[in-house]
Amino acid sequence: MSARRLLSMACLLGVVFAAERAAAQASASAPHGALAMSEQEKRLDKLGLGSATGAPPARVVPGSWAATIPADNALTPERVALGRKLFFDPRLSADGTVACATCHDVSRGFTDQRPVSEGIGGKLGRRNAPTVLNAMFFSTQFWDGRALLLEDQAKLPIVNPIEMGMPNGEAAVAKIAGDAEYVKLFQAAYSRAPNYDDVGRAIGAFERTLVFLDAPFDRWSDGDKNAMSADAVKGFVLFSGKARCVTCHPINASNPIGSDNRFHNIGVSARHQDFESLASRALSELAKGGDSQAVMDRLALETDMAELGRFVVTKRRSDVGAFKTEQLRNVGITAPYMHDGSMQTLWDVVDHYNRGGEANLFLDGGIEPLALSEAEINQLVAFLFALTDVRFAAQVKGIEAAQRARAKTTRPFRENDLALRKVIPFEARVRGEKK
Amino acid sequence: MKGVETKYLESRDELLQGLAKLNRRQFMKVAGAAAGAALAQGILPPHSFTPVRVASAATGGAGDFRFAYVSDSHLYTRDKNDRFVRGLLRAVDDVNRMDPQPDFVLYGGDLAQLGRAEELETGAQILKNLKAPVRMMVGEHDWYFDMGEKWRSLFGADNYSFEHKGVRFVTINSVVEADFWTAKGLTPAERMGTVAGLDNGAQSSFTVGDANRAWLAKELEGVKNDTPLVVFSHSPLYKLYKKWNFWTDDAEEVQKILSRFDTVTVIHGHTHQILTNRIGNISFHGMLSTAWPWPYAPQGLPEMTIQMGRPDPFNPSDGCGDGEVTVHPDGMVDKLYNLWNRNPVTVSRAYMKSNGVEDRPAKPALASY
Repeated sequence: MSARRLLSMACLLGVVFAAERAAAQASASAPHGALAMSEQEKRLDKLGLGSATGAPPARVVPGSWAATIPADNALTPERVALGRKLFFDPRLSADGTVACATCHDVSRGFTDQRPVSEGIGGKLGRRNAPTVLNAMFFSTQFWDGRALLLEDQAKLPIVNPIEMGMPNGEAAVAKIAGDAEYVKLFQAAYSRAPNYDDVGRAIGAFERTLVFLDAPFDRWSDGDKNAMSADAVKGFVLFSGKARCVTCHPINASNPIGSDNRFHNIGVSARHQDFESLASRALSELAKGGDSQAVMDRLALETDMAELGRFVVTKRRSDVGAFKTEQLRNVGITAPYMHDGSMQTLWDVVDHYNRGGEANLFLDGGIEPLALSEAEINQLVAFLFALTDVRFAAQVKGIEAAQRARAKTTRPFRENDLALRKVIPFEARVRGEKK
Repeated sequence: MKGVETKYLESRDELLQGLAKLNRRQFMKVAGAAAGAALAQGILPPHSFTPVRVASAATGGAGDFRFAYVSDSHLYTRDKNDRFVRGLLRAVDDVNRMDPQPDFVLYGGDLAQLGRAEELETGAQILKNLKAPVRMMVGEHDWYFDMGEKWRSLFGADNYSFEHKGVRFVTINSVVEADFWTAKGLTPAERMGTVAGLDNGAQSSFTVGDANRAWLAKELEGVKNDTPLVVFSHSPLYKLYKKWNFWTDDAEEVQKILSRFDTVTVIHGHTHQILTNRIGNISFHGMLSTAWPWPYAPQGLPEMTIQMGRPDPFNPSDGCGDGEVTVHPDGMVDKLYNLWNRNPVTVSRAYMKSNGVEDRPAKPALASY
């Protein structure tokens, strides 16, 4: 057995022990630190779900809403009921410990609030679990957009070896096909026996009821001048102006979640070791021609390709290290941030943009130093917290206080000289002062 | 003369008409265009990825050598505009990362925006960080504040030639304008501002001019016809579009001086785009800018040019970049455009030599003009 293998087993055991300890401490816990599924369902009932009949939610243009629903999966209460049951069912994983709701935990903003997710056997993935809330409004799913619809997305973690670990979709269906209740629910929802495509469809249908667009910002936009604090209002002005956020995070009635649905390199990957040499290697392999898919598969097996982001899907230089613009809705309860969960607070996120991202050969041209003052950073963060649905008001209050306390002592991404353009990105590199 | 919109609508019509009367060949053409458009919008499912053809940089046949280019940075001082400064820094970083290092780096002119000493000094400071030796060329933005005085004090003569690995290189000042300022009583700053205006119609056309042409003819005296010749000029040494000075007014006379050589390659700046032309024995290649891409001229585009798609207005570095030139023993080159936001494009020796028949660069996925 190789040293590396021993090491990974030791890490794995450590994670398992930690999970067991955590489970022993809180009896309401499900494996991998999630809240018990029954508790999650109770909380879900309290939150109140959106329409299960396809009626457009408040504040959303009806046409935009209709465009989020695929022709073969019209929203019905039967489909939503089936999807909901599947969403909380750990039987869909190889060892019965991971459900969708393990990493998209109702009590944690429908994410796991970890940097990267933990799958079967305590295996750690490479990406931060995005929230399921409002995810129906994206035109692609996953950080690299490799799935187009919720229906496609839902089927992939189940068969991913480090997430839910099923060998294939049929195996997942076999786990639940003997359950008479499922047979009944599938029949009612899709008029046929359980099958994997309908698993994806039903989960997608359920997820379309997770519309959470009732934030202080929306109420303020509707005319309630007291719905947002004065700081948050100033933050909105910065968001739309000096801080340039709105360029990639447009937020309006036809696109309510604040994502341009595009992919940008903002430099988060560049902080990972060897990112640029890996990218250069991938590009030069591609330049040699041949079967690019095979080249990429080989590189993916050999290397830390995850950091190349959208490039792995499109093989375009403009997508190297580029990840999907995440939504801003409920961002107050979905820390840590970025595709790798490398930022703990919204202050860190604003600091990152304020310094002009992290310089790298593939940095998006729209990323510029912002020269935001400390007061302006606080106003912007106040606005971001005001994008949290009022149903999470109590939760976000605690998180905001905790983040504020942390930001008072820890601001790892703050770089005033870069933000104020006293130092220009690339300058230190070109002069050989860094790395 | 057709406007940009007219040409765009015509090319769209052509595509739609192609759809209406499909035979197999046309179908392949249309399907390719549609797939490209779909890919550009990122709407293809992940497993139906269409491989993007990336022309490879030639990696050294016998007798080949390679130089890098950086061009058209248009620097203001960094307190006025640090985006352009960042662009040049980024290009220097690119070139310094080339492995193996290029034999030298050509700087293609327009280092400064308004010809000021501080702008040129800012550029000189940044270019000092290049690991490989630099060959400088002058552009009109470097020249018309003090008629090249500061530029020459920093970088030396504007016309010079050198020999490298059996190839004769000549750098020539092609941005000489007839005096339009004295009669109008313009100050140096006003003169520079007028030239920097590009399409204002208030300036003269670029020329190499009598003096520089005489120098060129003399410099090439005694160089054998079969010596590979590479010429660096800021403006294209042909007539493309007069209103933007994508133009050299005495181009025919310059081409005549070059006509006796077997093979001539002209590498020029100024046009900020992928631009390819072939006139007789002369191949012309444009360079990318590190500051901004120009649109294509509404008329006169050479047939050999495979246009790069429209730059993404959202992304200020799209359409910008730098590049490499691999020189073959016969003096013809593979010209690599290293676009910062796109896959690289190579306009190869084979493409030029076959007059556009072989090894055509891939058409861009994004819409052309």
